[in-house]
Amino acid sequence: MRGVTKTFGAVVANNKVDLDIRRGEILSLLGENGSGKTTLMNMLSGIYFPDAGEILVNGKPVTIRSPKDAFDLGIGMIHQHFKLVDVLTATENILLGLHEKGTLNLKAAAEKITEICRKYGFVVDPNKKIYDMSVSEKQTVEIVKVLYRGANILILDEPTAVLTPQETRKLFDVMRNMKADGKAIVIITHKLHEVMEISDRVAVLRKGEYIGDVPTSETNPQKLTDMMVGRAVSLNIDRPDPVNRVKRLEIHNLSVRNVYGLRALDSVSFDVYGGEILGIAGISGCGQKELLEAIAGLQITESGSSIRFYPGETSESKELVGLSPLDIKKAGVGLSFVPEDRLGMGLVGAMDMTDNMMLRSYRNGRSAFADRKNPKKLAEQVIEQLEVVTPGVSTPVRRLSGGNVQKVLVGREIAASPKVLMTAYAVRGLDINTSYTIYNLLTEQKMQGVAVVYVGEDLDVLLELCDRILVLCSGKVNGIVDARTTTKEEVGLLMTNLRKEEIHE
Amino acid sequence: MSSPNVHHEPLIRIAKRDGLAVWKNWLIRLVFVLIALLLSGLFIYAVTKLNPLKVYAAMFEGALGTKRRVWITIRDTMMLLCIGVGLAPAFKMKFWNVGAEGQILVGGVATAGLMIYLGKSAAMSTPVMLLVMALASIVAGAVWGVIPAVFKARWGTNETLFTLMMNYVAIQITSYCVALWENPFGSNTVGQINPQTKAGWFPRVFGLDFGLNVIIVMALTIGMFLYLKYSKHGYEIAVLGESERTARYAGIKPSRVFIRTMAISGAICGLAGFIAVAGASHTISTSTAGGRGFTAIIVAWLAKFNTFVMLLISFLLVFLQKGAIEIASQFKLNDFASNVITGIILFCIIASEFFINYRVIFHKRKEAGSK
Repeated sequence: MRGVTKTFGAVVANNKVDLDIRRGEILSLLGENGSGKTTLMNMLSGIYFPDAGEILVNGKPVTIRSPKDAFDLGIGMIHQHFKLVDVLTATENILLGLHEKGTLNLKAAAEKITEICRKYGFVVDPNKKIYDMSVSEKQTVEIVKVLYRGANILILDEPTAVLTPQETRKLFDVMRNMKADGKAIVIITHKLHEVMEISDRVAVLRKGEYIGDVPTSETNPQKLTDMMVGRAVSLNIDRPDPVNRVKRLEIHNLSVRNVYGLRALDSVSFDVYGGEILGIAGISGCGQKELLEAIAGLQITESGSSIRFYPGETSESKELVGLSPLDIKKAGVGLSFVPEDRLGMGLVGAMDMTDNMMLRSYRNGRSAFADRKNPKKLAEQVIEQLEVVTPGVSTPVRRLSGGNVQKVLVGREIAASPKVLMTAYAVRGLDINTSYTIYNLLTEQKMQGVAVVYVGEDLDVLLELCDRILVLCSGKVNGIVDARTTTKEEVGLLMTNLRKEEIHE
Repeated sequence: MSSPNVHHEPLIRIAKRDGLAVWKNWLIRLVFVLIALLLSGLFIYAVTKLNPLKVYAAMFEGALGTKRRVWITIRDTMMLLCIGVGLAPAFKMKFWNVGAEGQILVGGVATAGLMIYLGKSAAMSTPVMLLVMALASIVAGAVWGVIPAVFKARWGTNETLFTLMMNYVAIQITSYCVALWENPFGSNTVGQINPQTKAGWFPRVFGLDFGLNVIIVMALTIGMFLYLKYSKHGYEIAVLGESERTARYAGIKPSRVFIRTMAISGAICGLAGFIAVAGASHTISTSTAGGRGFTAIIVAWLAKFNTFVMLLISFLLVFLQKGAIEIASQFKLNDFASNVITGIILFCIIASEFFINYRVIFHKRKEAGSK
């Protein structure tokens, strides 16, 4: 790619980027949120068309107008959000959009798929429907789809964000096999240890500009971070010891059924203390979402469930089960919740920052009209304190990059001065700099006596940030460990192997 | 690899733009109205060999040619605007209320019924009668709006089908009432109600024929603008319209807001029925709503729920319609030819929104040239 530029309105997403992708090599593309990694790759795969610059494949200048052109050139992209049809099988999904001559031969296609799988070490059942698949299987189908079309250049956009450590390892094996087969692979990821582990070369983008590339063997995470951010950044999480631990929530026998009538949470019991960070680990979909939503009053709980809130030493505890989010607020329970789905639940994408700040507070005051002055002040304060990059308070939050969206959400939830702060995947998809900002904010809240619940997926971070870690496995509490003394292996084991039924005391 | 290099740069491509100055937006819209007039002119000439300018003059004549016509145009604009104002909160909430027709009809039926019975007994003065009729139409419309909202809130029924079906029920009720109240006997129409006493008719206000219509509808327009933009309810409607999950997260009860907002929406549409009967036709028939419940959806959406822009769009639509009727009679064109012209103009207005939001870059014209 030579001098590639792309602008969206007034925003320059990529500015004169030069990038080489080589055969038989795994290239990591690194950059903060909004630095233009995905945009750059989207131009290569035909989703966007560059405003200026040229793309050469095998030395020849080419024009990529559509994903089909990209496929013809052997370029395939595996997107962060899968593009699969749920009710079709793996084979049918892979064949979709192909215009092969003759009749549709699913059997032959399935054989070809199986062969591709054998060659690179995938495991996928060609006849399995997508809705029956796990996230990792779906990703496999996406990769096979691209390979089936004869791609020689594969682009993976944050493939490990949704995988467990074990699945990641499997994916990396496959990637190495593909590399050995002479394919060129580009991987976009925020996790530096993965960059170090898998890639041969690292290319760094910052604010749409190409900074440079280095062979992985000649660099380290600290150097890469400095390149990405443009200044030296500290990569340590400060973890002070908890002070004044007081019990805030007592969760007892909490059970929730999901839409299929299955138990998403099964008799979960634990306590949450002010002044500490309680980490919640588990493979995705093990009840984390249901747990936080149940506490927030957004889930219907089974009878026998109990969530008691302790406002302080003097006043009586309150039962939260059966209360709506509004009732919980009215009961004076300072509960803040940063949900996983930021724009689909925590914020309104089409609204500006001021209106989003109001989401929690618009009921204040007796007037029938809503107050917008204080929310506006709060918005300006959040922009200043959390260094939110935005054209102004009146820009719809949907236009902000992922990290800035999260800052807006976390900023609002902290501004409510909560007693309990729950966060779900608070740093998912965020760059290193923003992630550390969030970790520091959470630690700050902990030191102010807030009970912080941190649902996370990166075990390294959980071990460094939290005081205690609760491990969920298939909707059950599979152990609560001390984060200071436990190991990654122990937590990993608790995540995957459900302990045999114990006798409850 | 096959030879994929045959592709050229695409001839045109589209890029999103934002932050265009307001006056430029309006300039683009104006240009498109002119383009629409040009295209319609070509169409008129090609099909009828008439001078397009003469046809346009006739259209203007038809809508605003005489004082009487000006008032009829204003009256119909107010009617359409009133319904649009009623639909705005529902559609902003992404509640597809296509049941305005029915809500207007039940409001109209309530009004007409009271007009007939109260007119006979002559127990009330007209202002009191108007108040009673207005209240009855509000209640009738609100009930008609709340029923589908309750079903959606309780059982998750599809509001589009439900409100549509409610229209047919309303039409049947209207047919029944028309048969019940028919006058003269055997005509199968209600005819003008209270033609002698004018009991329950809108009085002239400030010496203007349809002054009361304008006052009521403009009050609603301003009220709805403030309600949607500044009130807490308006904020809840906006949040719920964007995402039900966010609404729940923020402690908003969707079912409550659905029902409350549909009561308001239905009430205003019912009031539109009151205005149509007491303030315009002084009769009731199954065509009292006359499809305006659907046209108003276009008004609400095109205006992006800004009630003042709705005024403009309502006027344009009524103007086109009146003009179309005039050219149909004056040049002996059939109705369809004039509808085509209306279609072309509407299409161009919608197209202008596209060009306000996106810019088109032509092949080889570099960035510098297009900025």
